[in-house]
Amino acid sequence: MFNYLLKRIFYAIPILISVNVFTFFLFFVVNTPDDMARLHLGNKHVTQEAIDNWKFERGYNKPLLWASELDGVKKISETIFFENSLKLFLFKFGQSDSGRDISFDISKRMWPSLAIALPVLIVGICLTLTIALFVAFFRATYIDSTGVLICVFMMSVSGLFYIIGGQYLIGKMLKLVPISGYSEGLSAVKFLILPVAIGVISGLGNGTRWYRTIFLEEVNKDYVRTARSKGFKESQIMLSHVLRNALIPIMTGVVVVLPSLFLGSLITESFFGIPGLGSYTIEAIRAQDFAIVRSMVFLGSLLYILGLILTDISYTLVDPRVRLN
Amino acid sequence: MYLYKFYFIFFIFIIGCSKPWNNPYSTEKESYSIHYSSFAERPKHLDPVSSYSENEARFISQIYEPLVQYHYLDRPYRLEALTATKLPEPMLVHDESINYSIYKVRIKPGILYQPHPCFAKDPQGNFVYHDLTSEQVSQIKTFSFFTSTGTRELTAHDYAFQIKRLAHPQKHSPVLGLMSKYIVGLKELKEKLLASSQKGQVIDLKKFNIAGVKVVNNYEFEIKIYGKYPQFKYWLAMNFFAPIPWEAEAFFSQTGFKEKNLSLDWYPVGTGPYMLTENNPNRRIILKKNPNYDPTLRPSIEHNKQRIDLNFDREVDEAHFILEKEAIPEWSKFLQGYYDASGILSDSFDQVISINSRGDANLSSDIEAKGVNLVKAVKPSIAYMGFNMTDPLIGGYSEKQKFLRRAISIAINYEELLSIFANGRGLVAQGPIPPGIFGYLNGLSGVNEHVYQWTEKGPRRKSIEIAQDLMSRAGYPEGIDTTTGKRLTLFYDTVLGGPSGKAVLNWYRKQFKKLGIELIVRATDYNRFQEKIRKGTAQIFSWGWNADYPDPENFLFLLYGPNSKVETQGENATNYQNPEFDNLFLKMMETPNGVSRQKIIDRMVELLREDSPWVWGYHPTTYTLYHKWMKGVVPNLMARNTLKYKTINQNERREYRAKANQPVLWPLVFVVITIFAIFFICLFRVKKDKTTSV
Repeated sequence: MFNYLLKRIFYAIPILISVNVFTFFLFFVVNTPDDMARLHLGNKHVTQEAIDNWKFERGYNKPLLWASELDGVKKISETIFFENSLKLFLFKFGQSDSGRDISFDISKRMWPSLAIALPVLIVGICLTLTIALFVAFFRATYIDSTGVLICVFMMSVSGLFYIIGGQYLIGKMLKLVPISGYSEGLSAVKFLILPVAIGVISGLGNGTRWYRTIFLEEVNKDYVRTARSKGFKESQIMLSHVLRNALIPIMTGVVVVLPSLFLGSLITESFFGIPGLGSYTIEAIRAQDFAIVRSMVFLGSLLYILGLILTDISYTLVDPRVRLN
Repeated sequence: MYLYKFYFIFFIFIIGCSKPWNNPYSTEKESYSIHYSSFAERPKHLDPVSSYSENEARFISQIYEPLVQYHYLDRPYRLEALTATKLPEPMLVHDESINYSIYKVRIKPGILYQPHPCFAKDPQGNFVYHDLTSEQVSQIKTFSFFTSTGTRELTAHDYAFQIKRLAHPQKHSPVLGLMSKYIVGLKELKEKLLASSQKGQVIDLKKFNIAGVKVVNNYEFEIKIYGKYPQFKYWLAMNFFAPIPWEAEAFFSQTGFKEKNLSLDWYPVGTGPYMLTENNPNRRIILKKNPNYDPTLRPSIEHNKQRIDLNFDREVDEAHFILEKEAIPEWSKFLQGYYDASGILSDSFDQVISINSRGDANLSSDIEAKGVNLVKAVKPSIAYMGFNMTDPLIGGYSEKQKFLRRAISIAINYEELLSIFANGRGLVAQGPIPPGIFGYLNGLSGVNEHVYQWTEKGPRRKSIEIAQDLMSRAGYPEGIDTTTGKRLTLFYDTVLGGPSGKAVLNWYRKQFKKLGIELIVRATDYNRFQEKIRKGTAQIFSWGWNADYPDPENFLFLLYGPNSKVETQGENATNYQNPEFDNLFLKMMETPNGVSRQKIIDRMVELLREDSPWVWGYHPTTYTLYHKWMKGVVPNLMARNTLKYKTINQNERREYRAKANQPVLWPLVFVVITIFAIFFICLFRVKKDKTTSV
């Protein structure tokens, strides 16, 4: 297993470099360092001298990928790409183009994102699994078909509708919780009820349908038939046998998102005024802040790879037949 | 049923602590007078040396105090002394064949800075936090680490220090280029500092001098500028010229502070009525009253309060600015009484505003019944359509080219654009100068006779037949080029996109079609758009300008030849050149407001109307809603430091909130009962199945 993990980590390096190059290329195709400087300097009364000075301060006066006029290694090392990207692998995100420390900002903004994402994930899985088991238990009855119909309806509704509708109904009409906002500590609970509830409800249709399919697949397998023939109750079979064996595909979907939970959700955080990381990258793209964009893309890809590795490991934990080698 | 009770009690426990349930603010703050409002875009800079945008000025103008400020009530806008004893007046001197203006400034003694750790001293008189070791710096988690604070008196040195900061290469002041042309020695200082910076030296501004700024004593200093630049007094009202104590710069420049995001750009230090106590622009920004602020040392606010007939309740103790990226929750919270002020959503405009038979916009009866007040003001800005005057087809100064531009000016019906896309929130422009600024003329004398005709009901846009006639005279009858026989095709460069942008662009196409012109839209991103304007490759485009200061120069300079975008990268985006206009511009700049200046401006505006380098577009109007408990609100779009004039009636607000936010519980009970009902039906079904199978 150790060798397998080592191999996966080595595979990750070229992937991360490629993602970096790709991000770099896409960003600078749209924005030149001059454009970035102009935007940061306010677009009014900006002189070329001020632009050159801004670029010099941040190292954007160097060639993008290849310094043809220099010799040897400097052709690569004295470029914007090399100077900015290498540090990422050491987790030194440096400073944003507006002068803020990126690591500091990430460490501050990840907690509110996590405060929403974690309850949504946990409550969502518990509730979805319960409903899916319930529907699968009543398979081929009007409860099942009504359940599926409701799920399809819920899946078809846009996520934005849930947010606006939820805010309107719970916050504005019923006045039960604040429409938006955030607070630290325990007082954050009243602000989290609505986004978490909406996050859970908006994922119910999709999740229930998916888990129900998994359960139904398991229900028709031989070991379930054997359990029935042994005289186990249907509820006992669903909980002890079907649920346990259905965990593998469920785990694939869950573990892979675990590491990136703190990256937050753009729309939810925007509508509920949650000071999380969800909008960090989008704000940076709008502000043409390459330092933040490259850091967040790097972090995102790294966490996704980590999620995939964790998924592989989790396979071995839930299914003894699986070996990593 | 026990489970239901448990959930219900839990729910009450969590949100029942604050009444009403949906109150987003903690109850312990009820005893303070707090002003609540929202902001949509986080401020990028709070350091007055680099801050140059509206959404930043909203915060720092309450904290910093330049020498002068705009009078809150008087119109046209006028300056009054703030920390200075009187308005600085330029004194002309002639030295070695060069003209200079010297501004002698005297500031009021006794003005104190807000409490701040950068001033904290120990009993021996040494600064507590100026030489922190790396170990001490590593212990800093939040700004509350600095428990000791201090203050000191504002001196003339602080103003001089800030002017030197404009030249600091790492501060990137956006006005450095412009100010280097005027302030004597600023350019030289910039070069010296840049050389030091490039050598990797730490810049200590106290060791550098600037030739054009002389500190006479603690309360007097002089600023020397090249030639005559009467508009310089307006710059003195901007935060670029607010005082910065050297202690603050020394405190924040310590090693390790940058990595902890401790900087003057994040934690301002000023003498103003408010001080920043929480800066989390991703959630909220809190300003609290500066305990060291002495109103008796500032222009009389009481006098102003009487003039606007205030039912004075209580000044604002704290201001909470909450980040609301989306307009829908912001609007809902305003109606619930959790924000004191709000703009108007386009979608709900018709519900909020009703237009009467005379075309005046008023509040709808529903909103008025809630005790909401509407404040309208025309912004000192202009949104226009520009023609690139270097373009051989649409540009140029021949009669035919002028006819073509004037025909387009008539055809583009901005009244219709405002009505369709902006709910009528704007005033169609007759020239480049907006209302409220010297030089703007109202009524018949202010009408652009090339586009409008005066009627009993006011100015009316000329008919499309007149525009078509102009097209014929330009050599394009019905839009057909008489020389080539082909339809005239023009190109419009824009950054508009998305469904709403497409609707606007279609509308523009229709306007040009009235003249038989085919308009081809070249949509692009803002960077490429700017590049096209810089290189002069755009043909027609839309742009705007927001006043830096209330002087006609700040609008007319947008058409001054030497400011041509293509030639000098200035702000004349249409590259308009007219020697007579340019000469008049220089004369107008130096002439004080009065009859002779008005005459010059009138001639300049007439030249512009005749040449038509712009379709004059419109001056946007802001509609702001305030709850009745907020008093002292006067539309002043030049002054940003207006929080000090506002008051809150706490009782009225509390009553409104309590009334408007009674929780409605029955749907919740209904949902719980339904869930239980479904559960029991299913249970019944299982039991029934079992019975059947037996």
